Formats: sequence, structure tokens, C-alpha cells
Amino acid sequence: MRARSIALTLAVAAAAAVAVAGALMWRPAIAPIAPPAASSFDAQLVARGRELALVGDCNVCHTRPGGAAFAGGRAIPTPFGTLYSSNITPDAQNGIGAWSEAAFIRVMRAGVRRDGQFIYPAHPYDHFTRLTDADLAALYAYVMTRSAVASATPAPALDFPFGIRALLAGWDLLFLNQGPYRNDPTQSIEWNEGAYLVHGLGHCGACHTPRNALGAEDESRAFAGGVAEGWYAPPLNQTSPAPIPWTQASLFNYLRTGHDAAHGVTGGPMADVARNLADAREEDVQAIATYVSMLMGEPSEQRDGKARALIARIERQSDERRRAIAAGRVTDLGEIIYATSCAQCHEPWSSNPPQHAGRNLALQSAVSAPDAFNLIHTILAGIHPLDNPSRTVMPDFAGAFTDAQLADLARYVRRTFSDQPAWEDLPGTIRAVRAGIAAQARQRASIATSSDQGRGK
Amino acid sequence: MPVTFSVNQQPAQFDGPPDVPLLWVVREQLGLTGSKFGCGIGACGACTMHIDGVPARSCIVPIAAVEGRQVTTIEGLAPNADHPVQRAWRELDVPQCGYCQSGMIMMAAHLLKQNPSPSDRDIDAAMTNLCRCATYVRIRKAIHRASQMAKPDRR
Repeated sequence: MRARSIALTLAVAAAAAVAVAGALMWRPAIAPIAPPAASSFDAQLVARGRELALVGDCNVCHTRPGGAAFAGGRAIPTPFGTLYSSNITPDAQNGIGAWSEAAFIRVMRAGVRRDGQFIYPAHPYDHFTRLTDADLAALYAYVMTRSAVASATPAPALDFPFGIRALLAGWDLLFLNQGPYRNDPTQSIEWNEGAYLVHGLGHCGACHTPRNALGAEDESRAFAGGVAEGWYAPPLNQTSPAPIPWTQASLFNYLRTGHDAAHGVTGGPMADVARNLADAREEDVQAIATYVSMLMGEPSEQRDGKARALIARIERQSDERRRAIAAGRVTDLGEIIYATSCAQCHEPWSSNPPQHAGRNLALQSAVSAPDAFNLIHTILAGIHPLDNPSRTVMPDFAGAFTDAQLADLARYVRRTFSDQPAWEDLPGTIRAVRAGIAAQARQRASIATSSDQGRGK
Repeated sequence: MPVTFSVNQQPAQFDGPPDVPLLWVVREQLGLTGSKFGCGIGACGACTMHIDGVPARSCIVPIAAVEGRQVTTIEGLAPNADHPVQRAWRELDVPQCGYCQSGMIMMAAHLLKQNPSPSDRDIDAAMTNLCRCATYVRIRKAIHRASQMAKPDRR
């Protein structure tokens, strides 16, 4: 009798747990709509949506290399497997043409698709949840007035059990803190505007904040630096390792033009960000620069002093290198490579003295970073403008050096141009960056082959 | 200590300052003048050679970095200069003055090895060399042609 009542209690409890879990994991579908005509949207709203989409970098993830804008299909590597960005053009079958504004707002704020399925947090809805209704309406108007592209989104290729979307209900419960941005009345309007864009649409923390084992941002270390597609995303807080402290003006210049004299050139995903911000609304970029400069804070007296001393000795050290190289005293292979391959453009006494200020390696963020990923990436792939990739700002050296020679060069550069400790595991970093570049080249080649075959049909 | 390496599968040696660029050694010591000196800062690509099969701008590679490695110049790209890229180049009369062309051909040969059917966009992204005569349109056409020649079954 007693055993039976225990069994009954257990059964009831289990059923209740299943019901609660089911309720937690279940989201209703939102009824499809007929794709609205582009003319049904207010032109001014669409124009504001375009400016906001540039701050949100929607095009970067939602366009595959060589593909149509916003048609998705870009491979997003994650520690849990590969995701593919979705088609967000207004195509009714493959895109979001059948999504009402309410469905769009739900996916942006809660990470749930029109059909009620959870999406993966590679789409940063943990940030987009801060957006105002007005900005979401503008973004909706913008994406719904793009050209519809009938391109299906490839299914994710994730390791077990991450393919089970219902599990994302748990992730959301743990890590999704829904709700709009709250103004801080003690701060200026511009600060608040910047904070709103940095935490919300700009989703800066997605790369610049370290993530925990479940791929969520570690809020206790907000903006302490992270990783992004094989690049190091430096801290945006007081731990910034930049040899010359950032200012609002230098941040604005960097975000708007893609490079800054005292810090270096954007690379990897940040190059995409700066490319977009070049066309964004200037006030928005100013506000972002203002807020980030406040996050970084006023530099300490000690840090300022170090920066002044660095600027004072840059010229003298450069002259010492010139004399050593001219006297043929170069012995270490890293130094020999620097003399022939780098000094040509990175020294004021070279045949091609720096036209873009800031090419002295002592000022480059990549040289003072805690790992060598950004420096190695830049040496191997060079610097080519995104909208004119055949132009060479810096040539690539992938064929010029072996891994061992690259390590020698990186060690020389680190020792000579920074006061930071030697990098650990340079050979591992070099192998990883080479593998990443090769994988990207393979993806481009396979896309070229498949589109070539498509044309032949 | 002299630097020992190979050029077009022939052993080569250089005994001199370690920071001398590879291009100078190949042109002046070895007498292979197909690779040109253009800008001297790795920007134009007229000096492009393959080192261990990958293109490099030889005007800014110190000879010390070539120790033990295999260098291929335009002279050694294919026996009888009959690489598909070279045949396509002749068929379509690509060169104008010709100065940049050996570097262009070395880049194109490597592009096709990595990506046998490149799109226009792939070609534009990979061909970072400069041509003062602006033969870019013919270069692009010739790379597509070489791509067809290299796999005649898909023509």
C-alpha cells in the first residue's frame, strides 16, 4: 500500500516535471503572413534601418563569401560544431518573407523562430534583446525591403547533443537576460546612446568578452578580451594593453576608417565592422567611441608616463636598428628577416618610409597582445582592403617563411617592439593560423566550384 | 656559412650577406632574369617566385630564409614553357610591355592549383600583382582559359 502511494507520487512528480519542461521548451508558432510589398514600408524608416543594420553587422554573418547579401549560408565555426547563418531576405520559403513584425521582434529579443523553434545564440539575441521597439521596426523595414533570394540555409552540423534545439531553452534560462536597455540618468545622452549600441545592436561583447564552457559571455569579465574566428579581440575595458592609451578621437578614427596611427589596422572580423561603420551614421559611431573610451577609463599616471617614454624612444631605437643593419651586424634570423622583409616599409629610414603613420611596430596592438594570433595572421595573409582585395596595403608572407622562420621573426618583433613577456607556444599559434587560412581558402574554392557547376546546368 | 637551396630543381649556393634579397641572388648570381625587380617593397609582384610551391615576393625575402628550400622561377614553371597558364597567355596575347607578366603567371599558376575553377571574384582577390599597362582584363580571361585547358573533359 505504502509502496504503491510512493510510486503514484513519483509518477505524478515525473509527469509534472515533463509538463513543466515541456512548457519551458515550447514556444508557439506565429502565423505566417504574405510577404509585404516593399512599398508598404516608410522610406525614412527603411533608411534608418539601413544605418542600424550597419552598426549590427547583419550583412557580415548573413552573407556567405561570394553570395548574395543577407541570403545567409556563411559557415560559423563554434566549439560545438558548425552553424550556417540563415537567409534573412524576404523570400517566403527560404528567408523571412512570411514573418510578421512580431515574429521578427521575437527572434531578435528571445531567439525563437516564427515556427516556434529555438535558434542558436550565435545570433546574438542576448544583445539584441536591449533594442527599442522603434529600432526593431526600422530593422524589420530594412530587411523586408531587400531583394528576396531563394537560397536555402544549410542544416547545422553540431556535435551531440547540441543538435537538440529544445536544450536551448535551458541556455536561455541560464544566460538570456531579456529586457530593454535602461538609461543611466547620471551619464550624458551620448554615453547612453553609445552604451545602448555597444551592449545592444553592436554586440561588441560577442567577441570582446570571454565566453564560458557553454558559450555564454562571462558577465563578470565583461569586455576583458576574447576570441573571434582565430583572431584575438582585445579588451575594451581598463585592461586594454594598447601601448598608447586609446582616446575617444582615436577610437572614432579606428572605427570609422579601419586604422589609427597610434594603434594599427583592423583585421579579421573587425575589418568587416569598420567597413560597415564607415557608412553608418556618424553620431552613432561617435557615441560608440565615447562609451568605449569611458569603459577603458582615464589612463593612470604610470601608463601615461610609459606611453610618453615610448614615443620619446621610438626614433632613437629606429636609428640604432638602421646602424646595426647597415653595419652588417645582423645575426639572428628573426632580425635578418625583419631587416629585409619588414623594415622596407616599417622604418622611417627605409626605401618606402611609412606614409600611413603608425606603422612602427611598437605602436601596433597586435605586437603587445597576449597571444600572437593577430600578428601571425597579418604576416601570413597581409593586409588587403575588403572592398578591393587585389590592392596590397601589406603583402602576404605565407610562401616566404617556414613555420620556424615565422616563429623567429615573431620572437624578434615581440622582444624588440614590446615590453611584454615572450609569447607561449608560437609554433602552435602558427599552425592554427595557417590551418584557419587554408580552411577559408577551401571554402571559397568549393563555393566557386559549386556555382560553376550551377551555371553549367 | 653559405646558404644552400635549390632553384628549378638545380642545387644552388650563395656565400654573402644573409639579408640579401632572394631576387638579387637569382638574377645576378644565377643569371635567371625572368623574374623582375619592380617596386622593391613586395607591393607589385613582378618578382614573384614559388618557394616550396607557394608564391613569395622575392625582392623582400632574405636569402637566409631560403636555406634548404626549393625555389621555382618562371624559367622552371614547366618544361618547354607549356604550363596551361603559359599556353593560355600565348593564345590570348596577354602581355603588353611584359614586365609584370612572369610574376602574374606564377601567381595564376598557384591560384589554379588551389582553386581549379576560380570565379572572377576569386581571380580579383588572388591576383594582387600590379600591371602598369592594365592588362587585367586579358589576365582574367586567360586564367579562365587556362582553367579549361587544365581539365579538357569539362570544356
